[in-house]
Amino acid sequence: MKAEWITHAVITERARIRHRSHFLTRAPLHLIIFLVCLIWLVPTFALLVSSFRPENLIATTGWWTAFVPPFHFTLDLYKQALSQAGMGQSFLNSLFITIPATVIPIMIAAFAAYAFAWMDFPGKDVLFVIVVGLLVVPLQMTLIPVLRVYDKLHLSGTFPGIWLAHTGYGLPFAIYLLRNFFGGLPREMLESAYLDGASGFTAFFNLVLPLSVPAIASLAIFQFLWVWNDLLVALIFLGFNPSLQPMTVNIANLVNSLGSGWQLLTAAAFISMALPLVVFIALQRYFVRGILAGSIKG
Amino acid sequence: MLLGSRLLTGAAVVVGVPALIVGYIALVEWLVARLPFVWQPKVRPWLWLLPALVILGFFLLYPAVDTFYLSLFDTTGKQYVGLQNYTYFFTTQGTLIALRNTAYWLIFLSIFTVALGLIFAVLFDRVKYEAAAKGILFLPMAISFTAASIIWKLQYDYQPPGAAQTGTLNQIITLLGGQPVAWMVDPRVNNLALNWVGIWMWTGFALVILSAGLKSIPGDIIEAARVDGANEWQILRSIMIPMMSTTIIVVGTTMVINALKIFDIIYVMTGGFYNTDVLAVHMYIEMFDNLQFGRASAVATLLLITIIPFMLINIRRFREQEAMR
Repeated sequence: MKAEWITHAVITERARIRHRSHFLTRAPLHLIIFLVCLIWLVPTFALLVSSFRPENLIATTGWWTAFVPPFHFTLDLYKQALSQAGMGQSFLNSLFITIPATVIPIMIAAFAAYAFAWMDFPGKDVLFVIVVGLLVVPLQMTLIPVLRVYDKLHLSGTFPGIWLAHTGYGLPFAIYLLRNFFGGLPREMLESAYLDGASGFTAFFNLVLPLSVPAIASLAIFQFLWVWNDLLVALIFLGFNPSLQPMTVNIANLVNSLGSGWQLLTAAAFISMALPLVVFIALQRYFVRGILAGSIKG
Repeated sequence: MLLGSRLLTGAAVVVGVPALIVGYIALVEWLVARLPFVWQPKVRPWLWLLPALVILGFFLLYPAVDTFYLSLFDTTGKQYVGLQNYTYFFTTQGTLIALRNTAYWLIFLSIFTVALGLIFAVLFDRVKYEAAAKGILFLPMAISFTAASIIWKLQYDYQPPGAAQTGTLNQIITLLGGQPVAWMVDPRVNNLALNWVGIWMWTGFALVILSAGLKSIPGDIIEAARVDGANEWQILRSIMIPMMSTTIIVVGTTMVINALKIFDIIYVMTGGFYNTDVLAVHMYIEMFDNLQFGRASAVATLLLITIIPFMLINIRRFREQEAMR
């Protein structure tokens, strides 16, 4: 017993010496981490700087020259992006696409996840395995048939059409994540609720949902980012209609049509990043939790 | 006018649609309560699942089958052509390049994100500002591929030798005395340059998962190995990597799936020109520019076939987790 204690003390003492290593010997470590962070930050920083530079300078000089006198900074590119490029309209379109396309799949997935977690029915496991399998089906596989049906139903080029499409593509992950979370809730709690005479409806809305706020929050961030940042689904189901297109489609089109003048899009790109960055930084905790729940569930 | 009416519709949708969905469940419960008692538990689950099953069936199951069916027909969808769309795929120069580039994406994205994620997880673990460093690498996850493409066009921008360089990378190269590189056009480097944009975006994701895996290794195992004189490389190779193998496989397969689906970066940065085409972009071009639905469907089917092994890995891993619950 005592010998064990002593060895332990020796080990921790040695470890401490090792860890208290000099600042100098740790300098390379800090330097490497600093460089890595720099490599990851500089590109975004360059975009931000460029977006405040005048149009004529941006095409002929590098963004770093902005820090040498004379300092030319202007809001011209932002004004252009909002007026000529129609980024204001696209911003609203993006919001108008994203909010319902985040809310609808979460609600529908919550019902399905509740059934998978707390109800018994034949074929439950097989059905859930199919949902897990659908997680990886490439979107591309589904585009042509869905678009054909959409054309017949006059759903292509409409907002309800794209809400439904995002619901379909987001459901497997949403069901998977919520079912795992619901399944972890204490059984006794739900059983006692039923014994007290609560219906399935009240048990779900008054017990399960309030307890699942963290899981729903992380799912909401995922779905929000995925829809807001999506290009392909919007390209296919909304097409090139300026009054409908979200920012991603607008920017992608302008890149192609402007050719060498794409630098004007730095402001547009930054406008499109602003909201997700704020959401992301504010709610990063939930996002990380969602990633971990979706990948190394233990 | 347009904006006003749209905001009104927006408000109606944000309140109305959830109310409709909740109303559906309320109706289901009201109906189920009126059924004979023995029937209730048999009917209820299916009605709770119904909306999800209908949507999954329409958006994922039916199209997967129909796309395969369409891939056996010509572009009108009426003339059966057997495997002709597939033989076309495997005998045409352009599509083979798309296939090769998708393979590049698959290899580089999975290897680099996992390797860098692992190395950064180990390095960041040793400093106090770990959370901040992780946050910086994680940030690109919030950015759309479209915006990231603009960001990186700015880094890769090219001006002829002698002119002032506008791209960061070429500025550094010319400062060091080299010749500027046309990153997006030169076929020797452009695929790698595009891959790097994906690596920049996804390494943070790999890092977060691998870092959590690393922290789940008991500290005394590593400490004991250190006391026994193992160096850091040996610890990484013989303790950390084996103990994190499941996590590494999860991250790796996720990256393979991401790589197979990659579309936006190429569509925005090169449009698939200069030999940078990948399967997803090629399918889009066949579909909308060439109106070759049969060929586009064949490309999509090949994408799915490539992904099936990873789907099975996903399912098997899920089964194992369930067994442990």
